Amino acid sequence: MAEPVLTIHGVTKHFGAVKALTDVNFTLERGDVHALCGENGAGKSTLMNIIAGVLQPTSGEIRVDGAPVRIASPAVAQSLGIGLVHQEIALCPDATVAENMFMAATNRRRSPFMNYRALERDAQAVMNRLAAIDVRRKVADLPISSQQLVEIAKALTLDCRVLILDEPTAALTETEAQQLFSIIRDLKANGISIIYISHRMAEIFSLCDRVTVFRDGRYVCTDRIADVTPDDVVRRMVGREITQLYPDKRDASAPAGKTILSVEGLSDATRFHDVDFELREGEILGIGGLIGSGRTEIAEGICGLRPRTAGSVSLHGVPQKIQSYSDAVKAGIVYLSEDRKGSGVFLEMSIAQNVSVLELKALTNGAGLLKRRAETALAEDFARKLAVRMSGVEAPVKSLSGGNQQKVAIAKQLAVKPKVILMDEPTRGIDVGAKTEIHRLLRELAQAGIGIIVISSEMPELLGLSDRVLVVREGRIAGELGADAMSEEAVIRLASGLGNEQAAHHAA
Amino acid sequence: MAIDTMTAPSPRTSSFKRVGTMREAGLIAIILALSIAMTFASPHFLTLGNFRAMLMSFSVDGIVVVGMTILLIVGGIDLAVGSVVCFAMVLSGSLFLAGLDPWSASLIGIFASAAIGGAMGFFVTVVGLNHFITSLAAMVIVRGLCLIITKGTPLSLFTLPASFKQVGQGTFYGVPYVILIFVAVVVLFDFLLRRATAFRKVFYTGSNEKAALYSGIKTNQVKFWVTVLCSTLAGVAGVIYMSRFGAATPTFGVGMELNIIAAAVIGGASLNGGSGTILGAILGIALLSLVTSSLILLNVSVYWQDMIKGCILLAAVSIDHFLHKRKAV
Repeated sequence: MAEPVLTIHGVTKHFGAVKALTDVNFTLERGDVHALCGENGAGKSTLMNIIAGVLQPTSGEIRVDGAPVRIASPAVAQSLGIGLVHQEIALCPDATVAENMFMAATNRRRSPFMNYRALERDAQAVMNRLAAIDVRRKVADLPISSQQLVEIAKALTLDCRVLILDEPTAALTETEAQQLFSIIRDLKANGISIIYISHRMAEIFSLCDRVTVFRDGRYVCTDRIADVTPDDVVRRMVGREITQLYPDKRDASAPAGKTILSVEGLSDATRFHDVDFELREGEILGIGGLIGSGRTEIAEGICGLRPRTAGSVSLHGVPQKIQSYSDAVKAGIVYLSEDRKGSGVFLEMSIAQNVSVLELKALTNGAGLLKRRAETALAEDFARKLAVRMSGVEAPVKSLSGGNQQKVAIAKQLAVKPKVILMDEPTRGIDVGAKTEIHRLLRELAQAGIGIIVISSEMPELLGLSDRVLVVREGRIAGELGADAMSEEAVIRLASGLGNEQAAHHAA
Repeated sequence: MAIDTMTAPSPRTSSFKRVGTMREAGLIAIILALSIAMTFASPHFLTLGNFRAMLMSFSVDGIVVVGMTILLIVGGIDLAVGSVVCFAMVLSGSLFLAGLDPWSASLIGIFASAAIGGAMGFFVTVVGLNHFITSLAAMVIVRGLCLIITKGTPLSLFTLPASFKQVGQGTFYGVPYVILIFVAVVVLFDFLLRRATAFRKVFYTGSNEKAALYSGIKTNQVKFWVTVLCSTLAGVAGVIYMSRFGAATPTFGVGMELNIIAAAVIGGASLNGGSGTILGAILGIALLSLVTSSLILLNVSVYWQDMIKGCILLAAVSIDHFLHKRKAV
């Protein structure tokens, strides 16, 4: 048998005291499509960044075509024929599609002048294989799914032998994803080897030849796809039964609690339409759907962060006038953004100053001055209840780990004694331990009578945490899944518009 | 879990930001070291007269630094402060020459300065331009207004009544009023910035505008009023200069904004917003002023002074950048 195109042997990567990868192995055979699976934080992206020259391993060996190599930079990776399509879009928004696609080639060019006509012609030829996108358009003017396609087209121009696709379908529609799959099969037929990172079992099982599983920064196993089932892969990813990972759910046979929040006919005329649902006491309501389906926009619409054109929001049966986010906070509805660093916490400011931000009025005396002792006490109180690991409440939030930053963000919401908390991706980018703590905390809050709505792209989280799941598709609620009907497949069917008999349930 | 119960207040912890304190202590150390060195280098340095002159030299600019620091904290910048100082000066001066009493004329000058801040605030928050471009345009426009008001020639204001001249030239038990006003402004805003809820919102907005918005803070209002505050304080400085010099020159304060911004940045304010202290900024301008006066005492050619000040700015910012980078592991 021919030499594998890429071999990873015993690679370890430390970030300070944190071990992101411990002694991992990975072998990519020529012309294979090889799936890499693992939960967030399992070390997949770290390994891909090492292969692509973005990060350097602490120890271990990388071989390309059997020869040991040191991939010191992305440029070295490119010269070895390795192309990486990042999960996050990293394009120059003000440049055209063509300019973005040939950025690396332009960088290598000897000629002092650009040949735009050739550039555009070549770019269009590559792009036509993928989608009908005019390469002369500016990237910023394209929707996210098209930008994702530009990223993939960019990698295709590199003339690579190894292509790494990190969750390429996360932002794509079903049709676009199907087009991508046929291209992947073409590439494979041309002898290009592909590492395919995805959470979507259906894609992996229809597309890939082999699957490797990582867990907590360690290599678990590699199998031929034909020899395993999706359940096997999921079990190995999680390493334990899913039920143990998540706190016990609400007893499904118990009578439903009182309605806390009811949303009727909510619409903003562009991103979401006719959204109806109820949130009952004691339950955690999950909202699933593909990225870009309008999940976040619905949450923003409920909280007054996005103008709406129709519909009503009631708390305990009383209609609320919510025009701005301040109105929502006053009414007792708080929202935790998916973008923690971008719009959740104030990184340079202290933990105490973060926790108090929604509660400023209550912490202000008659003269307009802050009651600093009360502010400190508030923060210390929540830091203790949420077990925030810190040197003190005066420490800046940026000194905390991601999980503890998220706890501070949650403490900020709890400080106003909310009736309903909407959490968008509550554990994104958080390590497994802190994740479990946050899940347990959410369950405790639900048991204490606070309405919890969790939006999540992580299927295990959505299914493991929620008592009931609403699936959003193209801005509408495509269906509702109760405890008995909840499964990864059911969510995906609803999210991708394949329909589901359960959809009828939604009428309730 | 009992979400709605609050525990009793715990023992008070220090609310000084460690980094901020470090920066201020460092500046004090540099200022002391330089002062000690100068005491040996020049017999004229350690005299009451020299100290008073130095304090006088940066007191009025110090008032402008206070406004600039708060604006930097919110994430803005104002290149127009030099023009606005001059504008307040020439507008008040020409109103006085037109027959208005100097106090009313000054008040109008200060309000007009605030209105310029309001106009800048409008372009920043409603139109959506950034502070840099808006204030760059304002700097040129307002300088133009000064030339229009004065027809390009300095206004001689020797007829100002003695009571008004007292503000810029008089003393109270031997302490110049200028210094008293400066200290009052510094103490007031330092206190407000540390303690007042309204000013806490300035930090939230500058630290992470989106998060502040998501916390229900009306960030546009915050930015608007801070812009107005900065221009207002520049206006106050302008009328104090008028009283001190008994004249109003249409070219006064050209290039002042750079000195002011440099002082705030040396004092720890970040151009990215979210951090800065009044004390630090005042130490920053004190250092710049100390360096200028030392160079004069040492008979260093004036041609060298700007270059040396620029190097100090670069050194201060580089050291800070280095310290922060090391701290971040």
